[in-house]
Amino acid sequence: MSPLSQGADWDFDLIERYDAAIAQTAAEFGLDTYPNQVEIITSEQMLDAYAMSGLPVGYPHWSYGKEFIRNEQAYRRGMQGLAYEIVINSNPCIAYLMEENTMVTQALVIAHACYGHNSFFKGNHLFRQWTAADGILDYLIFARRYVMECEERHGAAAVEDVLDACHALMTHGVDRYPRPAPLTLKAETARLADRVAHRERQFNDLWRTLPERSHQTQCGASTGFPADPQENILYFVEKYSPRLEPWQRELVRIVRKLAQYFYPQAHTKLMNEGWATFWHYTIVNRLHEKGLVDDAFMLEFLKSHTDVITQPGFDSSAYAGLNPYALGFALFADLRRICEAPDAEDREWFPNLAGSDWRTTLDFAMRNFKDESFMVQYLSPRLMREFRLFAIADHEDEDVLTVDSIHDEHGYRRVRKLLAQQHAHETRVPDVQVVRYDRDGDRSLTLRYVRQRGRPLTEAAAQVVAHLRRLWGFTVRLESWENDICVGDVTECRA
Amino acid sequence: MLHLIDRRENGRGKSTGNRERFLRRYKAQIQESVKSLVGERHLADMERGGEVRILRKDISEPSFGFGRGGDRELVLPGNREYVAGDTIPRPEGSRDGSTGGSDGETQDAFVFSLSREEFMQIFFDDLELPNLARTHLGRTERPKSVRAGFATTGVPANLAVVRTLTQAFARRRALRSVLAREAEALEAEFATAVAAGGAETAAQTYAELGHVQRRRAALPFLDESDLRYRNRVLRPEPIARAVMFCLMDVSGSMDEDKKDLAKRFFTLLYLFLTRKYGEVDLVFICHTDNAEEVDEERFFHETRSGGTVVFAALELADRIRADRYASDWNVYVAQASDGDAFGADPARSARFLRERLLPAARYYTYLELAAPESWERVSTLWAEYESLVATGNFAMRRANERMQIYPVFRELFRKES
Repeated sequence: MSPLSQGADWDFDLIERYDAAIAQTAAEFGLDTYPNQVEIITSEQMLDAYAMSGLPVGYPHWSYGKEFIRNEQAYRRGMQGLAYEIVINSNPCIAYLMEENTMVTQALVIAHACYGHNSFFKGNHLFRQWTAADGILDYLIFARRYVMECEERHGAAAVEDVLDACHALMTHGVDRYPRPAPLTLKAETARLADRVAHRERQFNDLWRTLPERSHQTQCGASTGFPADPQENILYFVEKYSPRLEPWQRELVRIVRKLAQYFYPQAHTKLMNEGWATFWHYTIVNRLHEKGLVDDAFMLEFLKSHTDVITQPGFDSSAYAGLNPYALGFALFADLRRICEAPDAEDREWFPNLAGSDWRTTLDFAMRNFKDESFMVQYLSPRLMREFRLFAIADHEDEDVLTVDSIHDEHGYRRVRKLLAQQHAHETRVPDVQVVRYDRDGDRSLTLRYVRQRGRPLTEAAAQVVAHLRRLWGFTVRLESWENDICVGDVTECRA
Repeated sequence: MLHLIDRRENGRGKSTGNRERFLRRYKAQIQESVKSLVGERHLADMERGGEVRILRKDISEPSFGFGRGGDRELVLPGNREYVAGDTIPRPEGSRDGSTGGSDGETQDAFVFSLSREEFMQIFFDDLELPNLARTHLGRTERPKSVRAGFATTGVPANLAVVRTLTQAFARRRALRSVLAREAEALEAEFATAVAAGGAETAAQTYAELGHVQRRRAALPFLDESDLRYRNRVLRPEPIARAVMFCLMDVSGSMDEDKKDLAKRFFTLLYLFLTRKYGEVDLVFICHTDNAEEVDEERFFHETRSGGTVVFAALELADRIRADRYASDWNVYVAQASDGDAFGADPARSARFLRERLLPAARYYTYLELAAPESWERVSTLWAEYESLVATGNFAMRRANERMQIYPVFRELFRKES
């Protein structure tokens, strides 16, 4: 077969032809995707998209203005190149292509975003559970209209106050486990009947013969409201705040829904990027095998690809943390290698994976894991050696850093566990939950931060509590506890 | 199945609304920045965009996060020489804080640039300029586009139809007559050939005649060389010239605030003049008890000490005007002072103005920068100048705040525009 095109110029017809070729290759590999919608935009519009996290519509807020300005400055000064792709999780999956890209870059973006990311959004369990890809765009349009109406009716300043407070609490405005659905009347009655029946079955007259026990009043905390700590602070505020107006509750709900929409993305960043990078690499190579793209194409493609997956060392001046593209791509590529050509070490570490069908294995991995569990499950010693991963321990009472473990026989499992922990929710977001709402008393709200190993909250916590007090309307208290002892940091804001 | 949409044409400036909100929210800090920019800039350079710095802590959005301290482990790539159990001295600062892809910005200030319009907007806000004046001053003049004959190339919208058709007609006429003569000659040849009986020559001539007649029939109605388009050239507005004399009292009693007020005053006048005149010259004269012509740097930043003699400055201004700007220049004079002139000076100055300077100048504005404490007291210079208001091209004003400067120009605008 002859190459689809030569040179850097692209046009709409060419894009469609490349897409057809890529779609066919993706189908060969069994990738299941939502329908694709590709939009061609200018670099100006790309800056707009950046500012709103890629969403085509959003409610107006000054923080998006700040993001836009920041990106524009960085771009003007050449400190940051614009990503050549943004893709959002929706049905149809929308990807943006910049008009300045060359044909090679457009093809790369199509493979990466329209087939890589798209299949991930459709398949991964976190996305399936938490995001309704069909509804997000309509919801955003509603949200924008609602916010603008509120601004007209109640004034921009009032709306801004509520939104600022909600943004401050956005990290703590997500459900991590689905709430049980409310039962229908029939199901409720059936449950009650079940309970009564169970009681009758368990009845034993012997209990009647025990001596009377004085009814102790249970300690105040356990009959308090809420009965169990609530981790979704925004949900709690929306449902139980005594002072919020209905329109303010709706605003809280909007921000909460948006936070929920973005929740899976933070926890699968590495997997998502790795998956998309792996597939763009695989698909383009297959196109080259088939002769649909020529060597010049491959040269440019490989240059882009290697730029994306570079991982500078920790002591290099270009180091900016672990590159999720690099690690993610390496993980999937390594997984494929373990399936296709395992060596003795792989057989020892991954007896179930070595030699299996790589497509099934990768598909299973994509669907059922998130970053933390993916790392724990699939990070191989060879990759640890390749990246030369090592763990340092930073303890408060020591004035030096200690190397905890490195990429050797003793250290593999520990490094893997530590790297996975680094990607866990608990390590990124502090555990702050609502423990008490004094409904019958002074209507105060008490939050508890469960401190682990002495890690404190930043000083900004006081500002967040101030925001929450504004939303709540009454006193808000933040306590820090460690090992069931209250450790002094109590922040309080009187109404 | 790909759905391809070209969005390049629509949806521009989606973020302008949000950017405006950001500017509105941080108005105070931005105004501070603008104020310092105004202080730094040259008068003639005032109308540009500029860079604004806002402290990062003012615009940060707080959320619950982990701070420094406590125990933790961190996995890093790129190990060179360490083994388990080695110790590393703590790096100072941010190294152990970054876990994700940080954007590498380390400044404490958030820096961004304002466009020219935004900068002028904030500058005018400060002066509390009314809207009409703002549009007048905020406008950029463009050269005029004037008709200039016809050209052979252009855009279809500029096609001059009648002229094109005239050209076409002329071309057809010319070519037709040439061909007609050729045809006549060939016909005569044909006739003679037939009469002479040469079949070959006759046939050949007949073929040539046919050829010429076909050419005549195939003359195109319009040809590309016929097209004529209306031509336009850009012509700058005719240059009228103005010179602006800035007179300022730089004795010890003028502090930074007063100088800032004076600078704004001069800027406003300069902006107005540049709208009206193509070329505006600036002359800076500062005086204590003697006057000197200086450049802008020294004008605003030098401090001298001494008494205040206004007459010297007026004399110098008049001399410069007679020397360099005698013919064909519109002369505007702006004086800023705190009004404490002594002795015979005020009377002498007023007389000089009435007799020499005011007749030669288009307009003279006097700004007195008085401290609020001395509001009730009328300064000596003020008392003398009051008599000059009747001449018609003199305006005077006291100000101790920026927003009071504009009313001086209300008169000017009404007269001049």
